[in-house]
Amino acid sequence: MRYRNNWTEAIVEGVSDAAEGIRELAIRPVAGAVPYGPGAHIDVQVLAGEAPEVRSYSLVGTYTAGAPYTIAVKQLPASRGGSRYMGTLQPGNRLRISQPVNHFELSTAKGSYLLLAAGIGITPLLGMAETLGQRADTEVSMFYLGRTPGEMPYRERLEGMLGERLTCHFSGSEGRPDLQRLLDEMPADTRLYLCGPLGLMNDVRAAWERSGMPNAHMRYETFGASGAFAPQPFRVHLPRFERTLEVSERQTLLQVLEEEGIDVISDCRKGECGLCQVEVLEYTGDIDHRDCFFSDAQKAENRKMCACVSRVANGELTIDTSYRKTASEAPCVSSEIKKN
Amino acid sequence: MNAWYAAAWDVEVKQELLPRTICNRQVVLYRRSDGEPVALEDACWHRLLPLSKGSLRNDEVTCGYHGLKFNSEGRCTFMPSQETINPSACVRTYPAVERHRFIWLWMGDPALADPSDIPDMHWNDHPEWAGDGKLIEVKCNYRLVVDNLMDLTHETFVHAGSIGDDNVAEAPFETTHGERSCTVTRWMMGIEPPPFWKAQLGKVSDYDGPVDRWQIIHFQAPCTVNIDVGVAVAGSGAESGDRSSGVNGYVLNTITPSTDQTCLYFWAFCRNYNLHDQANTIELREGVSTIFAQDEDILEAQQIAINRNPNREFYNLNIDAGALWARRITDRMVAEEQHSNHQAHEVQK
Repeated sequence: MRYRNNWTEAIVEGVSDAAEGIRELAIRPVAGAVPYGPGAHIDVQVLAGEAPEVRSYSLVGTYTAGAPYTIAVKQLPASRGGSRYMGTLQPGNRLRISQPVNHFELSTAKGSYLLLAAGIGITPLLGMAETLGQRADTEVSMFYLGRTPGEMPYRERLEGMLGERLTCHFSGSEGRPDLQRLLDEMPADTRLYLCGPLGLMNDVRAAWERSGMPNAHMRYETFGASGAFAPQPFRVHLPRFERTLEVSERQTLLQVLEEEGIDVISDCRKGECGLCQVEVLEYTGDIDHRDCFFSDAQKAENRKMCACVSRVANGELTIDTSYRKTASEAPCVSSEIKKN
Repeated sequence: MNAWYAAAWDVEVKQELLPRTICNRQVVLYRRSDGEPVALEDACWHRLLPLSKGSLRNDEVTCGYHGLKFNSEGRCTFMPSQETINPSACVRTYPAVERHRFIWLWMGDPALADPSDIPDMHWNDHPEWAGDGKLIEVKCNYRLVVDNLMDLTHETFVHAGSIGDDNVAEAPFETTHGERSCTVTRWMMGIEPPPFWKAQLGKVSDYDGPVDRWQIIHFQAPCTVNIDVGVAVAGSGAESGDRSSGVNGYVLNTITPSTDQTCLYFWAFCRNYNLHDQANTIELREGVSTIFAQDEDILEAQQIAINRNPNREFYNLNIDAGALWARRITDRMVAEEQHSNHQAHEVQK
């Protein structure tokens, strides 16, 4: 279910470094924090360019009465401006935030759970680990992936919570993890909750399918921030409109189309719904599909892409939208009258 | 408001007073003895009694309370117990045009009423097409019906067993849009026809094999959706324009807002085969009527759910593209109209 956002005033209460390059913020709504479940996030209005935009941040840990909301923001050098803005905030600064929203709810089923986090993807899963650890007839284990220990927040807290059921994998020193083996060793009824960069999520999805576990048991959340390539500026040609547009590394194709008055519809703006898809007529370089709407086969065909998150690396793009000047007529209907 | 809205079927408007609520306004419809349709505001100039509670004689409406009479231009022609008629006495009239078997009313600024803007539904009244339809008063906002028609994936589920089968929900589609229109096209090639189409094709040919099936949804703002549907022998060139081996129907729909929670859903099913077969017309009309009753059930339940959840919004999927364009185009028309009304108001100050 999707709720309309109620924007409310909040004050930054505390700022600290949760790990290298990761800023933790404690944010207290002026009207008071409201209860939320594990997997919830808040939307925050950020200044990332000229106009306010919205970013989503998972709430770290479970709700405690009287406590502010805690979020953790990774400082991205290739940021579109959201994390940079968040990184400048100091105690006392005011923000506009939404009520907690949850599209990543934990199942209530008993049995085996695997929480798989990579880097900043730990944020929604911490509260899940806490909650599952307190349930009867439930086993939870966590696989926490990161480059180096210093870049991975909340390790000690998780070790205290999960003990041996936590496995940390440091790709900087240990190389890539064997995801297939990890999944093949899990019980058949395992429910997987996954959060991390797009590349990892695609790899895990593929491994999950190969392991034969039901699709419905794998849940993940994406905020559309990551791709196979670092964001670059790219040029887009629209022959139907006789225009050429420039998309900077901080903008999305969808934003630029909208700002330039080219009509496109959209909905989720994070690569899930497919409504902002545009037709790819030609391209050079590589199309960096950052959505999870198109199938792998569709992405390989490169005939369509989601304008809200996907980009081009090392090349240029020529696209078409669904605009047609005159409503296309149906082919001429035969006026031959059908006889009995 | 500045648009033509269907208010009634041709056959509903007679030399009798017919009250209707159109765009939150009460109107009363009737036909003059020369056949011309008339629409007056359904409220007496004097003390607001609905004129529809009065009577019609010699093309004039007599108010049921004090007997004031109004002609078809809305001008009062009689008032009791005085020798003159108050010069201000008149009721609002709405431009009314009969076309495509409907009576269309212009609900906005009469100076802008141009009959060439009436939505194209010519199949409903054309020598090369035969068909008929009905009016459904649905307890939902008109936009939900437009949404329903802009995406036919629901056929597989709401109308399983007649026009729906898995082919529709699995087939990809293309969406295009213009300034005031949107088109959603689906082709299903080389499939087994669903029961409804198998029966229709059987009326014109003995062919029993796979077909190519099409559904082309044409939206005309603000609320008209005409759907070009049919089947033809698989591989015979229907997609490139040759439909001669098949059968073609047009489902015509125009949904007039009545109140915020109700609408008048005018629909017709027209065909280009068996034109003189009256039984075929009636079968199709009654068959579609049964199918649409399934939609009515869903739409009314949806409206109740929306009312119960004022804080909730829709999640939109790929299949909702046509519906989203229709809403955006309509929202824009409303915004443009409000903007120019505001400007006009500013000028008047």
